[in-house]
Amino acid sequence: MAAIELRRLTKVYPGGVKALDALDLVIPDGEFFALLGPSGCGKTTLLRTIAGLETATGGAVVIGERDVTSVQPGGRDIAMVFQDYALFPHMDVTDNVAYPLRIKKVAKAERHRRAGEVAARLGLEHLMDRRPGQLSGGQQQRVALARVMATQAQAFLFDEPLSNLDARLRLEARTFLKKLQRELGVTTVFVTHDQAEALAMADRMAVMEAGVIRQIGTPAEVFQRPANTFVAGFIGSTPMNLLDAVVRGDTLEVAGCAVPVPDSAAGLLADGEKVVYGVRPEYNAYAPKPAEGSSEGALAGKVVIVENLGASHLVTLDVNDVTVQAVVPEGSEPAVGDEGFAAPRRDRALVYRDGELVTR
Amino acid sequence: MTRFVLGRIGFYTLIAVLLAFFTIPLLWLAAAPLTSDPTYEVRVPDFTFDNFQAILDHPYALPSLYNSLLLSIGTALLVVALSALAAYALSRVRLPGRDALLYALLLLSSIITGTAAMVPLFQLAVELGLIDSQLGLILILSGGLLPAAIFMLKDFMDSTPKSYEESARVFGASPLQIVAHVVVPLVRPGLATIAVWAVANVWGNFLMPYLLLSDVEKQPAAVIMYTLYTEGGQANLRLLSTFGLLYSIPVVLMYLFVSKKYGFRFHGGIKR
Ligand SMILES: Nc1ncnc2c1ncn2[C@@H]1O[C@H](COP(=O)(O)OP(=O)(O)OP(=O)(O)O)[C@@H](O)[C@H]1O
Ligand SMILES: [Mg+2]
Repeated sequence: MAAIELRRLTKVYPGGVKALDALDLVIPDGEFFALLGPSGCGKTTLLRTIAGLETATGGAVVIGERDVTSVQPGGRDIAMVFQDYALFPHMDVTDNVAYPLRIKKVAKAERHRRAGEVAARLGLEHLMDRRPGQLSGGQQQRVALARVMATQAQAFLFDEPLSNLDARLRLEARTFLKKLQRELGVTTVFVTHDQAEALAMADRMAVMEAGVIRQIGTPAEVFQRPANTFVAGFIGSTPMNLLDAVVRGDTLEVAGCAVPVPDSAAGLLADGEKVVYGVRPEYNAYAPKPAEGSSEGALAGKVVIVENLGASHLVTLDVNDVTVQAVVPEGSEPAVGDEGFAAPRRDRALVYRDGELVTR
Repeated sequence: MTRFVLGRIGFYTLIAVLLAFFTIPLLWLAAAPLTSDPTYEVRVPDFTFDNFQAILDHPYALPSLYNSLLLSIGTALLVVALSALAAYALSRVRLPGRDALLYALLLLSSIITGTAAMVPLFQLAVELGLIDSQLGLILILSGGLLPAAIFMLKDFMDSTPKSYEESARVFGASPLQIVAHVVVPLVRPGLATIAVWAVANVWGNFLMPYLLLSDVEKQPAAVIMYTLYTEGGQANLRLLSTFGLLYSIPVVLMYLFVSKKYGFRFHGGIKR
């Protein structure tokens, strides 16, 4: 088991693409760490540079106190699951799982026994004689996990290991993977572009954009208090409302309405300042009538779209030509064309100045 | 309707004629060795084995088949081993001018084993003491086949995903282990193709052994075939047909064997 530390890690591909830009990151021992970000932001590159499959252009990779920046992948004591699993098609499950042990020159009987043990743990014992081509996607994924577990490496690197599974299997695999990681306690870096996956599984997560990390924190921190408008817009199953606002004393003028300054920014704003007001649709309480007979603190508008989210509805309001969204529990959804009020929760709303969160 | 039927009849007649064109020589090859006095016609054989006895008695016929085997298998092994390593390196390492290099080699190789380079090759072999040596012949034949083999195999290797090898690398496999455990099994059908192609090429090659081997005991079957004449200077059809049959059997067997054993590719392990 080992911590992973990246110091000003930079990767420039031949041709000049800067995929990682002086990136600093510390992942403590035993942590389940998720890397999240839009396509092309450098997640795979980061993982491959940690693994040693790409050589760093600058900076250092430290695994368990050891600087491995110039060490070959095989010498880094890490194991990786590729997005396409990369199971050897000409070997059966036993040989696939035992392959890392074969490289370590473990005797055949012993490595087959250990492969059997690991595979049994993942419920693969009845598939040991099959080739990868004869397995379902979910089974292949478990074989890839078993192979990684058989290495007993210091750290695991997963590149979107769930992206090839169908939605249902994905949920199962998610729970399964998280439980497995808890039991093994191996430091794990997990790349995904599915934020639900990151929020659900990770101990901590990083959100990347164009080769830099925009925020690191627990899923709760990242979800509730996005550090900047990029993360705010990226995280959440429904995007956060990010509305231009002007400070007017202890209220904010948003789309022609007045809302109170959120708790998080109280006392930090100057009068007349231009900021961005952010509130998640989930924290935006919709009501057909203003609370307690006054429209104070709410955004008044007209319902233009109602989308069914299953157990709730996403209501889109037109507030003086500004779009504001709110989540409404099932049963109380309005009809299109209704007048309505969205009251942001004061303890959950956020203010951004120049794209960065205003906070103490 | 009549036009359609007539068209069909015409079409099948054409096919039959074309087929006959290709079948008749094969029929002759099957029938003539079993006929006591074969001519150029295809006739129902009288099932004699005298011709086979005559071939067995011929001092160079059977040894020449053995020589052919030696030359073609030796060349095939060398070509497969060298082209696999070269193709792997060329497929995985970015080299400036790599494709140009390959095309140039391919172009030149057709000259090397061709008639154009006959004289310099002969002289080179003399200088190196490789004249009248089967090893020398194997080296020269391999040299001629390698560029095309590398070219074909590189294509094969380009189309096998890199992540298999990367995954082996992360587990700590050395480059040679990667080649042995992962790359070779994955491209085995390609290697088999190259081997068959090399064997067939050498098996049918007349010019190079004729040029570089003077000792008749070292000559392969393709050259011995050329010497099967009667005292009167006529082609000896009895020996020629029988020897021709024996000469073609190993190649046919090889094709059958290889296509049964390697005529498939592994699938799976990579989610698409
Ligand atoms: N081998 C390469 N050569 C040159 N540029 C590359 C190479 N691999 C990736 N890049 C570039 O580096 C950047 C980061 O790519 P990377 O594969 O790390 O993205 P990613 O975050 O994993 O994206 P995705 O979610 O689509 O997998 C991209 O702009 C990509 O075009
Ligand atoms: Mg990627």
